[in-house]
Amino acid sequence: MKVLVVGVGNRDRGDDAVGLHVAEAARAALPENVAVRQVTAPVGLLELWEGYDAVYVVDAAMGGGAPGTVYRLDVTEVPLPASVRTVSTHGLGLAQVVELGRSLGRLPRRLVVYGVEVAAVDLGFALTSAVRAGVERAARQLSSEILEILGEGRECTSTGS
Amino acid sequence: MRPGRTRTIKVDALARVEGEGALRVRVRAGRVEEVQLRIYEPPRFFEALLRGRDFREAVDIVARICGICPWAYQMSAAQAMEDACGVEVSAPLRALRRLVYCGEWIESHALHVYLLHAPDFLGYDSAVDMARDHPEAVQRGLELKKVGNLVMSHVAGRSVHPVNARVGGFYRVPGREELRDLVGPLRRARDLAVETVRWVSTFPFPDFEQQVPYVALRHPTEYPILEGKIASTDGLEIEVQDYDRHFVEVQVPHSNALHSLTRDGRPYGVGPLARFNLNFPGLPEALQSLAREVGTIPPCRNPFRSIVVRSLEMVYACEEALRLVEAWEPPAEPAVPVVPREATGYGCTEAPRGILYHRYRIGADGIIQEARIVPPTSQNQRPMEEDLRAFVQGHLDLPRDELTWRCEQVVRNYDPCISCATHFLRLEVDEG
Repeated sequence: MKVLVVGVGNRDRGDDAVGLHVAEAARAALPENVAVRQVTAPVGLLELWEGYDAVYVVDAAMGGGAPGTVYRLDVTEVPLPASVRTVSTHGLGLAQVVELGRSLGRLPRRLVVYGVEVAAVDLGFALTSAVRAGVERAARQLSSEILEILGEGRECTSTGS
Repeated sequence: MRPGRTRTIKVDALARVEGEGALRVRVRAGRVEEVQLRIYEPPRFFEALLRGRDFREAVDIVARICGICPWAYQMSAAQAMEDACGVEVSAPLRALRRLVYCGEWIESHALHVYLLHAPDFLGYDSAVDMARDHPEAVQRGLELKKVGNLVMSHVAGRSVHPVNARVGGFYRVPGREELRDLVGPLRRARDLAVETVRWVSTFPFPDFEQQVPYVALRHPTEYPILEGKIASTDGLEIEVQDYDRHFVEVQVPHSNALHSLTRDGRPYGVGPLARFNLNFPGLPEALQSLAREVGTIPPCRNPFRSIVVRSLEMVYACEEALRLVEAWEPPAEPAVPVVPREATGYGCTEAPRGILYHRYRIGADGIIQEARIVPPTSQNQRPMEEDLRAFVQGHLDLPRDELTWRCEQVVRNYDPCISCATHFLRLEVDEG
């Protein structure tokens, strides 16, 4: 089973970079055959995840929780809930790209979004401390989920979790 | 609308444009009183941060101005620096630059035609909604964009903020065989682009004609991308270095982007319609026939029809890229040597959205002393406002929601790149 982790974000926009940091932190805990990529915008995701069975996208999010809160949203069958907005600086947002992929029949068999609640996305700033604490939590949760599905072997085609 | 009422149309955040902007139209007693396209994305100070940098660095710094048309910025800057240093690049290097530029036109036009503009004509809020009913069309758009990106990354290292451009040429040029990899994808893209022309030509276009003159590069033998004189439908034809003698940028309180006007204070439009109207004979005969077949020929003054012209330009870019790939003979050196001297240099190329003018003053040490960048969206702001004024005046009977939606379309006709257009005018205080 081919697994891909994609961190989405801009390194120069404060907490918007959180997806990139989570992807990096998770990489250390994952076997080498799990691909880890980092992108600035979600628009290229349809191509990026082609050929993968399970895809985990990590992005900055605004869902009303405390900064650093981790959301796990399985979007294989349903759209991203409107109550959680992922942060995108330009063009198509993550929710739109996922729905575009659904309409075009270009979604992986399992697609899960991890969102981390942001505090500030100002130009030229680093991660805030509250969100930095969320990076560890998100990376741990993400890597243990992936290790678990890799352990499940053939059962991994089921979309529930 | 009842006479005497005041009505304000506000769109606080424009969707499906590159960057952040809003628009405001005020109507009093049946007359459009005020139209403001507000670009509130913060200014980015690129011209200021270029000062004090080495002249060779500009090409990589300006690539960061735009993720959709970085090559346009790189080419206008490289040209201006080569002009300042009195250097001309060889014919094969020019051809290779044109090839990458074709890739950029394809990816930028495909994005706008399919994901941003087509939903307006078919009555969808977004490309995502459109994809549910027209998946094959959206798939076609994504495939075209992919080929455009491929051309760019194949030659220039990557499609966003390319890394292979330098003053004097390239860091590395591809071999003959390497470029042949592009033939298959480009042939497929050309067919898809022709389908695109036929598809968009069936859209319903409102009757609307704009009055502004158009300004574009004009070249005696080819459809202009990298070079030509600056020409207008009013009969102007000047060298690139005379741009500042004929055009000015002014600041307006309601926008963070400067407005460009002619020296005598008139607006003018740039982009696909301008290129098309000024350079139709430069298109290959077969493409001229296709344009006639779908009923879009010069003079075309309806900005809603820009989607057809963009699609025709996609076909052109695919064919031109194929021609360049097939004729490619790599030169012995990837770049010509460039030695700085104290001078001012000028560059102007046809970005997907219209002419992009750069001017740099550099010292004998190669340090940039002054930089000026005039992006297409600055130049198109005033015509957008003029179009809004005329369109709203002619359609006051439309229900409010529809009129608001139509106003957004009037702006999207220009494929505005707001991020590119925001920069800051230096403040001069006269204490005399």
